[in-house]
Amino acid sequence: MATTLTPVLTDTWDADRSWTLATYEGAGGYKGLRRALGMQAADVVTMVKDSGLRGRGGAGFPTGMKWGFLPAPDGGPRYLVVNADESEPGTCKDIPLMMASPQHLIEGMIITSYAIGCDHAFLYVRGEVLHVYRRLLNAIQEARAAGYLGTDILGSGYNLEITLHSGAGAYICGEETALLDSLEGLRGQPRLKPPFPAVAGLYARPTVVNNVESIASVPGIVVGGSDWFKSMGTERSTGHGLFSLSGHVTRPGQYEAPLGITLRELLDMAGGVREGHELKFWTPGGSSTPIFTAEHLDIPLDYESVAAAGSMLGTRALQIFDETTSVVRAVTRWTEFYKHESCGKCTPCREGTYWLAQVLQRLEAGQGTSADIDLLLDLCDNILGRAFCALGDGATSPITSAVQYFRDEFEAGTHTAADVLFPPERSSLFTYTPRQTGVLAGVHA
Amino acid sequence: MSVEAGRTPGQTHRTSYDAETHARLTADSDLIVARYPQARSALLPMLHLVQSEDGYVSPRGIAFCASHLGLTTAEVSAVATFYTQYKRHPNGDYTVGVCINTLCAVMGGDAIWEDLSDSLGIGHDETTDDGRITLERIECNAACDYAPVVMVNWEFFDNQTPDSAREIVETIAAGQPVAPTRGADTVCSFKEMSRVLAGFDDGRAHEGVGGGVPTLRGVELARAESWTAPPFEASGTAAAPAGGAPQVGGEQSSAQRPTTTAGDVSPSGERKKQTSDDAKES
Repeated sequence: MATTLTPVLTDTWDADRSWTLATYEGAGGYKGLRRALGMQAADVVTMVKDSGLRGRGGAGFPTGMKWGFLPAPDGGPRYLVVNADESEPGTCKDIPLMMASPQHLIEGMIITSYAIGCDHAFLYVRGEVLHVYRRLLNAIQEARAAGYLGTDILGSGYNLEITLHSGAGAYICGEETALLDSLEGLRGQPRLKPPFPAVAGLYARPTVVNNVESIASVPGIVVGGSDWFKSMGTERSTGHGLFSLSGHVTRPGQYEAPLGITLRELLDMAGGVREGHELKFWTPGGSSTPIFTAEHLDIPLDYESVAAAGSMLGTRALQIFDETTSVVRAVTRWTEFYKHESCGKCTPCREGTYWLAQVLQRLEAGQGTSADIDLLLDLCDNILGRAFCALGDGATSPITSAVQYFRDEFEAGTHTAADVLFPPERSSLFTYTPRQTGVLAGVHA
Repeated sequence: MSVEAGRTPGQTHRTSYDAETHARLTADSDLIVARYPQARSALLPMLHLVQSEDGYVSPRGIAFCASHLGLTTAEVSAVATFYTQYKRHPNGDYTVGVCINTLCAVMGGDAIWEDLSDSLGIGHDETTDDGRITLERIECNAACDYAPVVMVNWEFFDNQTPDSAREIVETIAAGQPVAPTRGADTVCSFKEMSRVLAGFDDGRAHEGVGGGVPTLRGVELARAESWTAPPFEASGTAAAPAGGAPQVGGEQSSAQRPTTTAGDVSPSGERKKQTSDDAKES
């Protein structure tokens, strides 16, 4: 096997009481902070820039460069806001990270805050993960008791407070400017950019918004150096990343590997597609990234290679679906999700996702018209690039890619219901007898 | 405390808190406001606090938030109605959420939903007559490697089946505690959960596991195969491990075979090799 796993963030997860500060320190935790506090803040920024670390929340923007966009200090506050609103369908990496090893994130937040000259950082975690909230609250308390937070941290003269903030159920708040509005006590709707958060973010002050995994990767870079980080991954997609396998795979889970590993390699590690079945389609990085098929098994999972193949690396959320799965059913359900989560601010997304869901629901029921596929593609064309934020764009990705690879299944939707073509009990991980064959299960009202 | 008619015929709601409750909520809200540079940021946690008192975002809770933060009740309502976790009518003691997003649905979530909805006799966002259980169709909760997933008061119940899910709701209906797969030892009530989300520690962080089987699969495979990330020592900034260099293929070794090329020894060598490989490919 060419590529092997590289546990860095996951390295402490299997320890006894992995979430405690004592466990984290026992594994070398907070060496990075000690080192960073002995450096000039600008040198920490340079180190992260040199590492090539790119945002792990989906967009892949270079993290150090994002920090470098902050204007020169003007004496007023500057903020770090960590985006822990992990809600993209298929994405399940930050939540287990924060459950198993929250100190990785807290140390990263302290180092990052020091680097950007911030003395009050915010951690915005989605509200639907109660125990993760408890673990984070405890991690902040433990870090404070140990002198890693508060005033004069480790005798350096540097001060920092971290405020943990719970969301309340809204996918859109993962969009960084919607997150900032939500953190300000407003409806979580995205802001017009520019100005970007680096210039006018939280409370209209210079703000860095980063994903959990990006920030959690910072302590390792500071300890190991940028060359250490670059020794993993590819030339332009450096470092380690969490690859989350789910669905019709024998051993789903979190696999931390260098960027550039392939799905074939990951599936080998995870025992392959479930026994007796074969791969039909998969998402490389959540539902907002165009789907792939078995022909993409050997594409290196790095930003450039996945983009060149017509999708996006996204959050490395590898949802695996086998041949029993109706792609029309899958895409319809994702579209209902986007419809439900559209914030309503812009017309293309608000209206478009409703239209898309209606058309897809009749195709799933086998009651589509011959014009429906063209209508779907036309709707997507009117949303993509015209929506206020990436939610609208993301809503079109599964549809256009699924029509590209499985057009015949959509055409079948003009005469045969998806659950007749693909009986859902064959896709299920347990055996059961559907009670309502031929009727749409669970369509949103 | 006064009572007025609600919008639904026959429904009434209290319009204010008694003095003792008001004082307690005010003290808690002051603590929340103190976490932020600007008071309005306290609104989301304060709405969780209101739910911890009333079991939903009540009219008097909205009025309380507005008064405490200097907002209008319309401004508070506008926020409260945006987020799905804020309930507009009294919630059950336990919110049982079945993930019906694509992956969980395909893996069996739809079947679990049908079964629970049938057996409880309620649909989405509806509550059993005894006020014990509110059933919800929920979106992706970031546990796809544990599909199909059910959440009870936002604690994880992993790898569910219709039978296991029905057992959960039957246990709740019988007044017995239920234990999540990953989370605290038992699920707390909706009101208790809301108080934690408002930022008030319930001291239960050390209960439960660090991660379930799927969470740990990668790191355990790496242990079994003796795969590691490159050691920090390569950068010369960290101490050498006790006992000298690891054996090739052994514990703490990232090498599976003896070194043969420059790329095996140093990151810069690896990059040179990578560059030359890239050049050959293009």
